[in-house]
Amino acid sequence: MSRALYLRHDRLGLGFLMVLCVLGILVPVLNLALPVTSSWHVPTYAMSLMGKYVCYALLAVALDLVWGFCGILSLGHGAFFALGGYAMGMYLMRQIGTRGVYGNPLLPDFMVFLNWKELPLTWFGFSSFGYAMLMVILVPGALAFVFGWFAFRSRVTGVYLSIITQAMTYAMMLAFFRNDMGFGGNNGLTDFKDILGFNIQAQSTRACLFIASILALAGCYLLARYMVHSAYGKVLIAIRDAESRSRFLGYRVEHFKLLAFTVSASMAGLAGALYVPQIGIINPSEFAPGNSIEAVIWVAVGGRGTLVGAALGAVLVNFSKTWLTGAMPEIWLFALGALFIVVTLFLPKGIIGTAGEFLKNRRERHAPAPTGEVR
Amino acid sequence: MTTTHTHELTSSLLYLDGVSVSFDGFRALNNLSLTIGAGEMRAIIGPNGAGKTTMMDVMTGKTKPDTGDVLYGGRIDLTKLDEAAIAELGIGRKFQKPTVFESQTVEDNIVLSLRGARGAFASLWGWRNRVPQRDIEQILETVGLANHRKRMAADLSHGQKQWLEIGMLLAQDPKVLLVDEPVAGMTDHETEQTAQLLKDIAKDHAVIVVEHDMSFVRALACRVICLHEGAVLAEGHIDAVSKDDRVIEVYLGR
Amino acid sequence: MPSRILIPIVAMLALLASALGTGASASPTDDAFARLASDQFAQIEQGIVELSAIGTPEAAAALEALSETKLFYAPDKSLVIKQAEGRFASPSGAALSETPAGLKQVRINNRVRRALESALGSLTLISPDPAKRKAAAEAVFKARDPLALPLITQALARETDAGVKDTMVRARAAIILASSGAPDLERINAVDVLAEKGDQDVLALFSTVKTSASASVKQAIETAIGAIERRLALLSSVQNALYGLSLGSVLLLAAIGLAITFGVMGIINMAHGEMVMIGAYTTFMVQEVIRARYPALFDWSLLIALPLAFLTAGAVGLVLERSIIRFLYGRPLETLLATWGVSLVLQQAVRSLFGPTNREVGAPAFMSGSVDLFGLTITSGRLWIIVFSLVVFAVLSLVLRATSFGLKMRAVTQNRRMAAAMGIRTPWIDSLTFALGSGIAGIAGVALSQIDNVSPNLGQGYIIDSFMVVVFGGVGNLWGTLVAALTLGVANKFLEPLAGAVLGKIVVLVFIILFIQKRPRGLFALKGRAVEA
Repeated sequence: MSRALYLRHDRLGLGFLMVLCVLGILVPVLNLALPVTSSWHVPTYAMSLMGKYVCYALLAVALDLVWGFCGILSLGHGAFFALGGYAMGMYLMRQIGTRGVYGNPLLPDFMVFLNWKELPLTWFGFSSFGYAMLMVILVPGALAFVFGWFAFRSRVTGVYLSIITQAMTYAMMLAFFRNDMGFGGNNGLTDFKDILGFNIQAQSTRACLFIASILALAGCYLLARYMVHSAYGKVLIAIRDAESRSRFLGYRVEHFKLLAFTVSASMAGLAGALYVPQIGIINPSEFAPGNSIEAVIWVAVGGRGTLVGAALGAVLVNFSKTWLTGAMPEIWLFALGALFIVVTLFLPKGIIGTAGEFLKNRRERHAPAPTGEVR
Repeated sequence: MTTTHTHELTSSLLYLDGVSVSFDGFRALNNLSLTIGAGEMRAIIGPNGAGKTTMMDVMTGKTKPDTGDVLYGGRIDLTKLDEAAIAELGIGRKFQKPTVFESQTVEDNIVLSLRGARGAFASLWGWRNRVPQRDIEQILETVGLANHRKRMAADLSHGQKQWLEIGMLLAQDPKVLLVDEPVAGMTDHETEQTAQLLKDIAKDHAVIVVEHDMSFVRALACRVICLHEGAVLAEGHIDAVSKDDRVIEVYLGR
Repeated sequence: MPSRILIPIVAMLALLASALGTGASASPTDDAFARLASDQFAQIEQGIVELSAIGTPEAAAALEALSETKLFYAPDKSLVIKQAEGRFASPSGAALSETPAGLKQVRINNRVRRALESALGSLTLISPDPAKRKAAAEAVFKARDPLALPLITQALARETDAGVKDTMVRARAAIILASSGAPDLERINAVDVLAEKGDQDVLALFSTVKTSASASVKQAIETAIGAIERRLALLSSVQNALYGLSLGSVLLLAAIGLAITFGVMGIINMAHGEMVMIGAYTTFMVQEVIRARYPALFDWSLLIALPLAFLTAGAVGLVLERSIIRFLYGRPLETLLATWGVSLVLQQAVRSLFGPTNREVGAPAFMSGSVDLFGLTITSGRLWIIVFSLVVFAVLSLVLRATSFGLKMRAVTQNRRMAAAMGIRTPWIDSLTFALGSGIAGIAGVALSQIDNVSPNLGQGYIIDSFMVVVFGGVGNLWGTLVAALTLGVANKFLEPLAGAVLGKIVVLVFIILFIQKRPRGLFALKGRAVEA
């Protein structure tokens, strides 16, 4: 039973963690230790780009936890990601201090520009890194908890849930576009200077942020993996496949969903928080419904319900996006659109799922079924 | 209105009185009354649309009745509870269409069903992660699936799924089992085995079986209730009921 | 008749002239003209008052020239009016052969300007043109010059046009109310007259007069202010409701196709907005062709675009259903993703074909301009869209209810297997139903091209709103969609003044999110076992 919790039997998971480990060591080393002239040197911008992919991979793992294992197709995970990003961005804004254009020690530039006299209540405490990190986890988690508590209790499922999660992120986008929300309106938060006292542009800081992203991905993967391989995960899958049957077994479906949804939202928030310092800006367009739904296709491409597949899909799709938007910008939306169609029609299990099935079939063809009679 | 009455209002385990349910003007249950004592077995027969499934929906909290009382153990008002709470009280249900968790193994299906704490955190690190093998084997042996424990539930035959579902019911260790068409799609041999299995279970559980297969109902050898248009048409021994003119008229045919 | 009116006027004018005249040396007109030819504002003002009392065409010409800063005076104090191309004429209209030397402009300060406006107002009170008389009466109302009272009283006596008469009555009442010398009873009467058709101007007048009025007048004014404010509040509610209906009809148009594809068939078509966009671009194409080849047909362009948009969007829908959606029946979440992909492809395709910028779609003559309704101004475009959306709704209901296709469609959605057993080719009904829903979205695009920017992103703006409307109204229920669209539209407009446009929209979204959680099946939900299957 519980041996499923031990990693040594999970070659896919082990392989994934090893790849993360190698990347986490190799990339910063190749960036910091080698001279720029070396052909093995990894430029800092490339490292930050990879860091961005890792954050997306984390978002995808979070999404897979709810969609792949619990059947909740959230079209609003971009909102949790962005909230985490804003929490980090607020910390970074407070770190600017008097180095802003207006040199106000307390207020970020945009507030001075709006002629505000004092810091809004929502901003208090964000000068502390610890508090900001707490908010990175708590704010998205709390939103997911409240939203999910209402939604799951009233048994909003399937596409209805998808649509209201999309409406949620849309409403958040509209709200964050407003100047008087106090989060920088249209322009969002940017011009960050340093993080924990280190210059945010410095190569070594970038390397640390990259390592932090890798660690966050590995940690969240292990947490998600523990969840889905425990009896809790069995119940989640049971809910995904036959929700009403699970109720008749005596499970409080809404509690299980709520826990998964909340944990997943916090993970997404963490991903956003690591994303912002590497990208250098957070603005309301991160809430755009299109972003959330794009994250869904990463999971679908890699294979839903596999966790590793979600991370793989995020990296693959975003790598293609970077390459295509550079090489042939007008092709990108065609390619992305086609990806949505092709994956749902021809590759419903995604890359990992399809590969796994292929391997299983081959194994079964070569060896008889391991358990007893087959009638 | 409290959920639990201070003293027993009735001695029967499950008690329905004057229950009516309508959907968009269609009366699925019409002033239905019936009782089941502890350790009793009842077979419910009746034509399509007689209200058999709706009756089970009402007993398990899936459907709230428009009027009428549904009491469990003489005290607890089931109309105030949801599915999970009712399941925890000890009312288990097997669906008409076999609904096992297809993408999980046979043993996981049993693990999910075992009686015990069902909270989200309990399942995250609680005992359900360390279920003794013996408990699972015992149940799988009872329903004849001991050799299939590692197989995916989706790969089982139709009859095996029915048994797995009965096994899941047993794992819940309920006081009342509601069994909806357990032998639909089974071979004669499987049907016989199922009848025997249910009779064994009925020794220490209350069992309500909905079934169309009259030879199976006869094999159960219990009291029979015939529903028609949402109300009890006839009740009694299978021989008496099957000779009832009205039952023949609306259900059995001449 | 004319003589009965003329006599008192002439008598009145003579009286005024003699009262205001300064001497017998010259005619009163010359006297007044002489006053204008001065650099002292008090003199000029006096001259204006006199001229307004004289009221001859000559006087009017001089005053008008003054208001247009075209009045000059020569050193001999004779007035000249500057005309086009630098020529000059005397107030009587006689052209001067040569430009007099040493001309000075007659100057104006604010005090003079007020006197001038009121004088001009009085003069045009007896103009033969009713529109001018009305404008003059309004000017009198604004100036509230006690001197204009006799003139307006006279003008009122001979006025025949009801509308102008109304304005004059108000103007007269305003003067009486404003003159502190008038008896209280008259002033209270004036308050009543003014309160009857009170607007913001009257409110402003009341509040200035109130401070210096006697107790009884004050009380009358306060009562009147209350009444007017209530009426204005009501009027603004009506206005909100009308604007809300207009917004609601836009929502209805956007959502009604979705009510078929999502509501009836259960297909999550995220490319629905792009069907609307295709309809809008069809309109653009139609207008391009018409502008280039048959400019005379421009007013008919929307009418011509309607069937074409229906067919284009319907055809795209048909292809979409046949090639993608039919493989995904029973998998709504996958349908959602695939159709989102389709929406991206369609957007990019349109962007590649037509460019990323907004395209110009013109309004035919009958849709431009605006309509006055109970003192509210509504653009006719908006009004037409309300009408149009209701017509589309009615026609669609009729198609579903009264045609054989509608019957088959309902049969398929209610019981697919039974319908198939009855010989209905269910796959074709699916395709056609989806094409119908898409085609209606295309029609919506024709209307929305009139009020929205025709760009590749047009559809994106409607997709979430449309889903909200359909879900709010209750899936599978056209009437629900109608009620939901209009309710949301009106609610939005009533929230806007309270919370601002963006916040209002957010509040509505949050409300719907909460509502769906309370009643997941919408306002008009179907109930029963079949729904949960």
